Amino acid sequence: METTLVENLPEVTALGVIIKAIIILAVISALAGFGTYIERKVLAFMQRRLGPMHVGPFGLLQIAADGIKLFTKEDIVPQNANKLIFKIAPAITAATAFIALSSVPVFPDFTIPEMVFGVTIPLVGGVFVPSIASDINIGILFVLGMMAAGLYGPLLAGMSQANKWGIIGSARTAVQFLSYEVVTGLSILAPIMIVGSLSFVDFNNAQAGGIGSWLIWQQPVAFVLFLIAGFAETNRTPFDLLEHEAEVVSGYATEYSGMRWGMFFIGEYANMITVAIIASIVFLGGYDSSYELGWLMIILKISFFFFLMLWVRAAWPHVRPDQLMWLCWKVLMPIAVINIVVTGIVIMV
Amino acid sequence: MSLEQFKNRTVGTQVYKTLDLGETPKSGMDRFKQVVKRTFSLELFVGLWVTIREMGNALFGGNMHTVKYPFEKLPISPRYRAIHDMLRLLESGHYRCIGCGLCEKICISNCISMDTRYDENQRKEVSEYTINFGRCIFCGYCAEVCPELAIVHGGRYENASEQRAGFSIFEDMLTPIDKLNLQQEYDGFGAVTPNADENIKKTPLAY
Ligand code: SF4
Ligand code: SF4
Repeated sequence: METTLVENLPEVTALGVIIKAIIILAVISALAGFGTYIERKVLAFMQRRLGPMHVGPFGLLQIAADGIKLFTKEDIVPQNANKLIFKIAPAITAATAFIALSSVPVFPDFTIPEMVFGVTIPLVGGVFVPSIASDINIGILFVLGMMAAGLYGPLLAGMSQANKWGIIGSARTAVQFLSYEVVTGLSILAPIMIVGSLSFVDFNNAQAGGIGSWLIWQQPVAFVLFLIAGFAETNRTPFDLLEHEAEVVSGYATEYSGMRWGMFFIGEYANMITVAIIASIVFLGGYDSSYELGWLMIILKISFFFFLMLWVRAAWPHVRPDQLMWLCWKVLMPIAVINIVVTGIVIMV
Repeated sequence: MSLEQFKNRTVGTQVYKTLDLGETPKSGMDRFKQVVKRTFSLELFVGLWVTIREMGNALFGGNMHTVKYPFEKLPISPRYRAIHDMLRLLESGHYRCIGCGLCEKICISNCISMDTRYDENQRKEVSEYTINFGRCIFCGYCAEVCPELAIVHGGRYENASEQRAGFSIFEDMLTPIDKLNLQQEYDGFGAVTPNADENIKKTPLAY
């Protein structure tokens, strides 16, 4: 199957991919920080508060203040913790989140100009930077797999820290992520069957015919299931059982401080962005390559999903772990399977 | 709702409103029906609507509830017992305190200390008057006992300090003479009630 978006694109070089990786890392980390600001603001507005106001205009520099705080805080490793695993665990969460982002399209293609204002750019001038860092043809599978591997971050963190809340948190992690992995996979299987490819670019091209051709109209059930499972996989309300303060202090992150905790945080926000990207490409048509600013469309869609996560957090209470399991295995999974069967029959007929 | 209804602790006599929670499902089929009903009546979206409506209200309807505290303050009740004020007579501007010493006597934490002397007109004047706010428990007895409503509770409630003992002298608490027109009459603890006139009885001089 043809997976390139437009024919006769410039060749993707290793340098281009490295530049893209650096861009993704920098932008998504910054967005994660900015996401905390947006989250606080939106939650505040929904509760008729002002949110952060005092650091910088409208509290915008609060991100910088938080960053400085996270970087300069004392890095505490508990005495009885398994120190190596304790130190590695946050890196797993952050790394898997970013690796997942390497095969989804973030920002459009562009070529770094040879000259800027008459000054030749050394080394990187003229390098083509692709929109997907590694355009593998099993993109969706890879992203889902990577997000599933991210489960090891909270799991190991909770088990290594010699803290009961941590153990409970990691047990919940295992239960919740493993269960909802099933729903995510099954719900996204139906659109995959329709499009017949695992590549994000193919998904995008299959829905290029405007709003009417979006897969959400053909697969509304799969869309809702994927959203629900996505909330669970990114540990968002109403499924934020992993570190629900009122019950398990902070779950797997109880003993973490400073930048190690910050890495969990960045990983969580990167995952939110990833889920938003998948949802926008698979169900809402992705970016529009027919005109110059078509990539703005996907930014809008991603922002909407991000906002939806905050909105839901402001509005809904969270569920108990047993309700979570009940919902997953007795409701969502049967519906997902039925949806696949029906889709299969419709495709065959 | 009047205060009496809150104070009524006799169970069963209050007017309670019961929530209509419906019947608890008993059989499996009932539970299934409940799930389906709740799923398709879109109750969850009502919650979403409420939050987004409140966001609109807050941002565009001027309904923001945040008080930017050090810059803005909420009005406090006149019955709030904060740092004391010494009031002046509005007509003459002279301080109201007659040096009777009742407040010093009644103060249960012994934090008022005062001294008086005769001035050149052989009238009593207050020569020393301090309150140790490190000891004061803001009980309000001094304001209540004061026959002249001279010592009253003011509105300054931000009384963090570096030391435990914090003394205020008479002049600190006294209304500045140039702010006399801004002096508020005290209607908190120990002040005359609004219907004081009705409660006055004639002194029975007949016998
Ligand atoms: S409020 Fe109570 S403790 Fe404080 S000065 Fe008055 S009588 Fe004394
Ligand atoms: S009770 Fe009132 S009038 Fe008497 S000494 Fe105290 S402040 Fe002055």
